[in-house]
Amino acid sequence: MTAITATPRPEGGSAALFKHARYVVAENPVTGFAFALFVLIVLAAVIGPSIVPYDPLASDTAQALKPPSAHHWFGTDQLGRDVFSRVVVATRLDFFIAVASVALVFLMGGLAGVAAGFFGGWTDRIVGRIADTIMAFPLFVLAMGIVAALGNTVQNIVLATAIVNFPLYARIARAEANIRREAGFVEAARLSGNSDWRILAFQILPNVFPLLVVQMSLTMGYAILNAAGLSFIGLGVRPPTPEWGIMVAEGAAFMVSGEWWNAFFPGAALMIAVFCFNLLGDGLRDMVDPRRRT
Amino acid sequence: MLTMILKRAAMAIPSLIGVVIVTFLLTRALPGDPAAYFAGPAATPQAIQEVRVKLGLDKPLIAQFGSYVIDLAHGNFGTSLTTGQPVLTELRNRLPASAELTLLGLLVSIVIAVPLGIFAATRPNSLVDHACRLVATLGVSLPVFFTGLILIYVFYYLLGWAPAPLGRLDVFFDPPPQVTGFYLIDSVIAGQPATFLASLKQLVLPALTLGIFSLAPIARMTRASMLAVLSSDFVRTARASGLAPYTVVVTYAFRNAMLPVITTLGMVFSFLLGANVLVEKVFAWPGIGSYAVEALLASDFAPVQGFVLTMAVMYVALNLLIDVLYGLIDPRVRLEA
Repeated sequence: MTAITATPRPEGGSAALFKHARYVVAENPVTGFAFALFVLIVLAAVIGPSIVPYDPLASDTAQALKPPSAHHWFGTDQLGRDVFSRVVVATRLDFFIAVASVALVFLMGGLAGVAAGFFGGWTDRIVGRIADTIMAFPLFVLAMGIVAALGNTVQNIVLATAIVNFPLYARIARAEANIRREAGFVEAARLSGNSDWRILAFQILPNVFPLLVVQMSLTMGYAILNAAGLSFIGLGVRPPTPEWGIMVAEGAAFMVSGEWWNAFFPGAALMIAVFCFNLLGDGLRDMVDPRRRT
Repeated sequence: MLTMILKRAAMAIPSLIGVVIVTFLLTRALPGDPAAYFAGPAATPQAIQEVRVKLGLDKPLIAQFGSYVIDLAHGNFGTSLTTGQPVLTELRNRLPASAELTLLGLLVSIVIAVPLGIFAATRPNSLVDHACRLVATLGVSLPVFFTGLILIYVFYYLLGWAPAPLGRLDVFFDPPPQVTGFYLIDSVIAGQPATFLASLKQLVLPALTLGIFSLAPIARMTRASMLAVLSSDFVRTARASGLAPYTVVVTYAFRNAMLPVITTLGMVFSFLLGANVLVEKVFAWPGIGSYAVEALLASDFAPVQGFVLTMAVMYVALNLLIDVLYGLIDPRVRLEA
């Protein structure tokens, strides 16, 4: 028998992590850029509402539809509300929807997929059938149907976005759990008397986890797009709540008459957020699995 | 070949059953009492009870499902509460508008994405390659409704090249006599070049919007697949035999590289059909997407249900078509079946 040599653990947890992060950023500056953007978005989501210059809901009809200026960086909308303040404040809601839906699907899809891959048999068939049925729909259309049926609320947007992403997560988790089902370390754990559930929780899940985290960052962008799309067609978030999708929808009418700033800035914020998540997701994937680089 | 098609078609049946079950469950999941919902806000308890019996909501769930399936088999998709029209009729009238737009959008994205992918693959790490990656990432990051609005602002408001984003045809034109329902084709059949041009003008911006949104997966796949094929033995042999670079790339590599690209079309269609709803709203396009959105906002559920069902059935059919096409192009798939 060959001796099992443990790979030496890097010294000092946080210092090593920082070093690795610096290496990744240096190797791929785009990922570093995306990470900086990500920090900015999180910052806007956390402290945004308390630093914006104007109340995002306060209307001032005397100042309606003014182009960007020194007072109103992004101009004002048809009710004289400050677009900059609204765009910044909206970050929290959009970010929340994306994070919540991705966390939800991570739980649902990840657990269902791991169970399907590990237990096989009926569990596998049922999870596979559910995933296939969801995949039979164009995803945005299914999300529309779900929100329409369950009711027009933000919670249901989160739920619908999670449901349409379910197959992606379930499939990855299933495949990863399945190849590890017969792995040596699982057999060893079983032989030393661990129950199936214990093996699932302590042997399989930690191994599947990194791939699912990458998947989370890759689907964050899609989750924001999906949610903004739904609110653009008038589902979920209601005016006057600042949210990017609904702000673009409200500004759309003014695009044909030349008041571009109303729809442009929330749309640009949305685009930057999605762009950032996509780049970050690609970067994370390259770190975890360099073979899938395209 | 026929067995392969039949086998593949049989595989689509469980998907269809799943789709019907889901659309059925969606109505039953409507918040509150569906009978009260369908009876309208001003209904008396007696009227609600009547609606309940009329819709069969007093029966057990499985019996309701049975009658739902029977209704669908008879082409009864229910009636819209706001327009009073049968849902199926409206969907049928509006489907050509959506189909024309979606197909043209797909055409635009293929025409841009495939050459881009090929150029990127033949010159890896060149400027074109980086441009391809940037365009692909930007394409998926741009919210489709935002792209549409920007295009409207630039080409309608600033430059004045495009007509007002208000539907399929300028008000001064009459729609061509209906044959296919596609204005571009119908106007050619009717011999009306002016109508053809007018409807093409209306189509350009929305189709471009859809194209930009969906070109990313195609460009990425073309590039990856071309890279793999270009490093294969038969391409090396072709090069060594002194064939012109053009022949090697187009005749030898491109044909083989297209196969995985065709499989990605399934995903592209999922994107396109969803994005179509948003584009239709931006451009006031009278398709089934805007029909569903209007109904949605009026809490009129039957059209939404019909729309979701139609879209899902079309999507299943498209995936079937893509797989069959794949089998036709690639003999290896046929042998496996």
